[in-house]
Amino acid sequence: MKRARYAILGIPFVILAGLVVTFWAGLLHHPSIIPSPLIGKPAPALILPRLAHPDQQVTRAVFRNHVTLLNVWASWCVSCQYEYPTLLWLQRHGVRIIGVDYKDRHKPALDYLRQHGDPYVEVAYDRKGLATINWGVYGVPETFVLGPRGRIRYKYVGPIPLSVARRTILPLVQHLRISEPVS
Amino acid sequence: MIAEIGLYALVLAFLMAAAQTFFGLAGAGTQRLRWMAVTRPAAFGQLFFMALSYGCLTELFVTSNYSVRYVAKYSNALMPLFYRVAGVWGAHEGSMMLWMLVLAVWTALVAVFSRKLPVVFANRVLGVLGAIACGFFLFTLITSNPFVRLLPPALHGGTLNPILEDPLLVIHPPMLYMGYVGLSVAFSFAVAALIGGRMDAAWARWTRPWTLAAWIFLTVGIVLGSFWSYYELGWGGWWFWDPVENASFMPWLIATALIHSLAVTEKRGAFKSWTALLAIAGFSLSLLGTFLVRSGVLISIHAFAMDPRRGMFILVLLGIMSALALAVYIWRAPLLWETGGGFRFFSRETFILLNNILLVAGAGAVFIGTIYPLFIEVFGLGRLSVGPPYFDHVFIPIMFPLFLLMGIGPYVSWKSGSLKALRRRLWIPFLLWLLASCVLLFVALDSRWPLMTWLGAFFGSWVFLTAFTEPVRRLWLRFRGEPVRLPSGVLGMSLAHFGVGVVILGITMSTTLGVWRDMPMRAGQSYRMAGFRYRFDAIRPAHGRNWTGVRATFSIFHQGRRFAVVHPEKRHFFPDGGTTTNAAIVGGPVHDLFVSLGNPLGKGKWSLRFRYEPMVIFVWLGGLLMALGGLVAMLDRRYRIALEVRPFLPIDEASQSPDDEEAL
Repeated sequence: MKRARYAILGIPFVILAGLVVTFWAGLLHHPSIIPSPLIGKPAPALILPRLAHPDQQVTRAVFRNHVTLLNVWASWCVSCQYEYPTLLWLQRHGVRIIGVDYKDRHKPALDYLRQHGDPYVEVAYDRKGLATINWGVYGVPETFVLGPRGRIRYKYVGPIPLSVARRTILPLVQHLRISEPVS
Repeated sequence: MIAEIGLYALVLAFLMAAAQTFFGLAGAGTQRLRWMAVTRPAAFGQLFFMALSYGCLTELFVTSNYSVRYVAKYSNALMPLFYRVAGVWGAHEGSMMLWMLVLAVWTALVAVFSRKLPVVFANRVLGVLGAIACGFFLFTLITSNPFVRLLPPALHGGTLNPILEDPLLVIHPPMLYMGYVGLSVAFSFAVAALIGGRMDAAWARWTRPWTLAAWIFLTVGIVLGSFWSYYELGWGGWWFWDPVENASFMPWLIATALIHSLAVTEKRGAFKSWTALLAIAGFSLSLLGTFLVRSGVLISIHAFAMDPRRGMFILVLLGIMSALALAVYIWRAPLLWETGGGFRFFSRETFILLNNILLVAGAGAVFIGTIYPLFIEVFGLGRLSVGPPYFDHVFIPIMFPLFLLMGIGPYVSWKSGSLKALRRRLWIPFLLWLLASCVLLFVALDSRWPLMTWLGAFFGSWVFLTAFTEPVRRLWLRFRGEPVRLPSGVLGMSLAHFGVGVVILGITMSTTLGVWRDMPMRAGQSYRMAGFRYRFDAIRPAHGRNWTGVRATFSIFHQGRRFAVVHPEKRHFFPDGGTTTNAAIVGGPVHDLFVSLGNPLGKGKWSLRFRYEPMVIFVWLGGLLMALGGLVAMLDRRYRIALEVRPFLPIDEASQSPDDEEAL
């Protein structure tokens, strides 16, 4: 009995230890420490229906000859709403953005674009979140920058702050336009 | 020059905190009065230098001194003075400075008000507080020094996120920090008592007002944050189960449990080691909140700039502080087992125990929902987001029994209650509640309420009707000439419980009966929703000091009569500061009408969102009532008397003391 009570006293300590280990591992896993293995690789396969016209398809061909931002979003995602002004800002500065609507329902997604404005030249609809697995997408929002030959050059996990868009993404897009001539 | 003075003062404040820790803990350990005499002045010194350092940073912001990196990044001469002063805590480094300033203020307050406590105990408390401060000073000096110079100086300042340029948001973080950091006082009291191996009724009576104070600030902070996200984020809704919101909600739940279990420790000398554990857990969770916000392990709308190095430092800090406290707990808690009063199953103790179990279970549910995605990710099982549905399904059912118990617990006697006494005290509210339930059932069937609305109304009315039964009973007895007092502890509890009822009402009505629609409209058109007609009158360009945008005019009609004209706006901040949607809200006790302007759809059409939110204002009103209840309870006379040491009374004497039956 007494021994059991002593053992109970140790439970909070064990929980704490477990948490610290998990969080530590979480920090090491942090996407900003380990870059995506896809960087520098050609874009993985992508065949998805268009959100606005499900009978048409979006394929890898949309990346050809343009520097493109691929932004994975969903209408249920609060962080995406936070990120939205940044996307509109990038659009105003001439960045071509393709959206992938991730694990979402059709009508809310369309309503969302109507309500918040549409920064995308094209939105693909990944209803079950299966097609983007090859891209290493687990959650929303995630953003990739692709060069004109369809290679992934940059990945950002989470809502893009305006500062990152201004200091990193826009200069990178402009740099890629010059350094990777179209075929 | 100012920046160097600030940094120098920060280092001095750190040294003061180190002295406070050493002389507090070592002095108490070795019983050296000369050493212990240093602790209090060191605490005041820490506040002095911390305030000086913080003042320097504020001065740099006010004068827009762009030769300091942090200032150049987050201050702008175009911002009004108010936001330049508040901008200090708008980003990571400055908010750490605010955090430490708040800690220094709490420490100095403890130093002032602990003069009547036993000297060894007071020193241990200040020593533990000093140790916490040392950790954060090291963190700031090593990883987040706000005084780093920028050479060559920047020509222009940066900008604050325009969403954050709001008077409410300016007072939201200090409030929240007062709450978070205030829990460190309860933590220190618990650790000091554990080191001393003594935790008696007097200890609980010293700890209660401090815990209440922290809880009040935390409550107000959460309410302000929720209100801000409702009217400023522009898409409606007042709680998103966002990781950062959860980070403030978990310590709040634990602090609420702690307030209740402290009552048992004070009145009955029971639950001692449990109370100590809650005190440790409360502050550990607020440290965890700091970690979650600043490390970027979780994605959130509130997150500061992600920096894993800082995250690791805070994690180590959190680990060391909590592990030390829990080690002391394992070492000393057995000393607390043998004492304390026993109690029957049907007693106030049991009800408070259930309250604690439910609150801790609620905090656990929120905790799991918040960090589950991280676990999944770490163990390589993919990644996922836990959305509001999880929290709605797991958290809310835990709260329903709590609401039921809340109406009964305060009317059951300590140690051994009787059903007869309970019946005598509660029959009037019970009959009223039956009556109300019948009426509610009728209304619910008539207007086809969803089940959740009915459940909320059912539990909410129970909480309402029982909240003021005790004060009313006492006033009635007094009116009849019996010598009954109404201590503010009882009044405060009733107010706070009433506040819970008000919150339940607000949450239930707004979430289950609210409606919203997105509509494309052009000027001249009307839209009808939930009995109101919205007429889109005009849309015009508008501009402010640092923004341009558009401003729409809407007339709202009800039963053919125009009763409001509102102006939702869309603002683009320059230079490149992003966009905000300033929704127009017509607020009232019965309902809020919410019009928010979306984007142009071409040909004069605009996307618009209309929301009808019944009784949403009660969510915040109820929260403020709870805080007010806490304040009233804190002013109870006995906390001032309690400063004189009173030994713990054995059970039989305690149950006979007249004080026992009366106070909470």
